[in-house]
Amino acid sequence: MKFAVIVFPGSNCDVDMYHAIKDALGEEVEYVWHSTDNLDQYDGILLPGGFSYGDYLRSGAIARFSNVMVEVVKAAQAGKPVLGVCNGFQILLEAGLLPGAMRRNEGLKFICRNVGLKVENNQSMFTSGYELQESITIPVAHGEGNYYCDDETLAVLKRDNRILFTYDGDNPNGSLERIAGITNEQGNVLGMMPHPERAVDSLLGSKDGLKIFQSIVKNWRESHVITA
Amino acid sequence: MHKVKVYITLRESVLDPQGAAVQQSLHSLTYNEVSDVRVGKYIELTIEDTDRDLDQLVKEMCEKLLANTVIEAYRYDVEEVITQ
Repeated sequence: MKFAVIVFPGSNCDVDMYHAIKDALGEEVEYVWHSTDNLDQYDGILLPGGFSYGDYLRSGAIARFSNVMVEVVKAAQAGKPVLGVCNGFQILLEAGLLPGAMRRNEGLKFICRNVGLKVENNQSMFTSGYELQESITIPVAHGEGNYYCDDETLAVLKRDNRILFTYDGDNPNGSLERIAGITNEQGNVLGMMPHPERAVDSLLGSKDGLKIFQSIVKNWRESHVITA
Repeated sequence: MHKVKVYITLRESVLDPQGAAVQQSLHSLTYNEVSDVRVGKYIELTIEDTDRDLDQLVKEMCEKLLANTVIEAYRYDVEEVITQ
C-alpha cells in the first residue's frame, strides 16, 4: 500500500508520519507538496500535524484552499482512506470533509502530553485492530483542539457511530462530548487531534497508535489484493 | 475604491475561552463592572472599484474564507475612499 504524506508550508509532523509508515508499519510512503495536482498513484492520504500557513486567520483555513485539497476531496470521494491528524484534522474540518469546527482549548494552554483515549467504534477501517472500548494512550500537542458542532450534527455523529475516539479520563481541551476523533459519513475520512504517528514504538512511550495504520493496511489489502 | 472593515466574533452560542480569560483578568484588576468579554478579529480590506455587487462580494469572502460560520459570526462596514 502506498501512502502520501501531504506537506503544507508549516507542517511539522510530516517527518513523524513518514517514519511511522516507513519504519514502524513497513509500507511505501512519499512526501507530497501541497501544490501537487494529482494523487492518483497513492492508496492512502495522510494530512500531518503542524501549523499550515502559520495558522493565520484560523487553523487550517488557508491550507484548505491549496491545490492538493481538490485532489484530497477526490480521493475521499473515491473511498480512499484519508487520515488527518491535529492540524490535518483542522484542515479536513475547514474543507468540509468532516463536520464541525475547532475552538481554542478550554484552559487556553497549549497541551503537549500523553492522554487516554477510548475506542468507541472498532468497526471502521481505521480502528478494526482495536477492541471496542479499549483504552489506549496517545499523545496530544495542540492549542486549538476543542471540538465543536451543533446539536443536529452531534446527533448524526452519534447515530451513525462516527465518533471513533473519545478522551478517557480528563477532557484535555474541553471538546464537546469528549470527542477526539470522527469520521465522515462514508467512514473513509478520519480526523483526530491525538497523534498516532508519535505512538508507534514502545521507545516513544506508547505504540498504541500503530494499530490505526495497521488497520488501514489490513482493510485495504482485504479489498484490493486477490489471494490465490 | 472602498475600505471594508470586517469584524469576526465567535457566535453568541459558542463559549469564548479567550474572552473568559480576559474578563477574569479585568476582574482581578477590580473592573468588576465588566459582565462579558468577547474576543474577535478585525480585518481591513481595500477593494478596487468593481462592477460586482460589493455586499455580495464581501459576504462571499467572509463565508468562504474570513469567517468559519460554524462557530463565528461576522459583520462589516463599508467606507468610501476617494483617491486623487
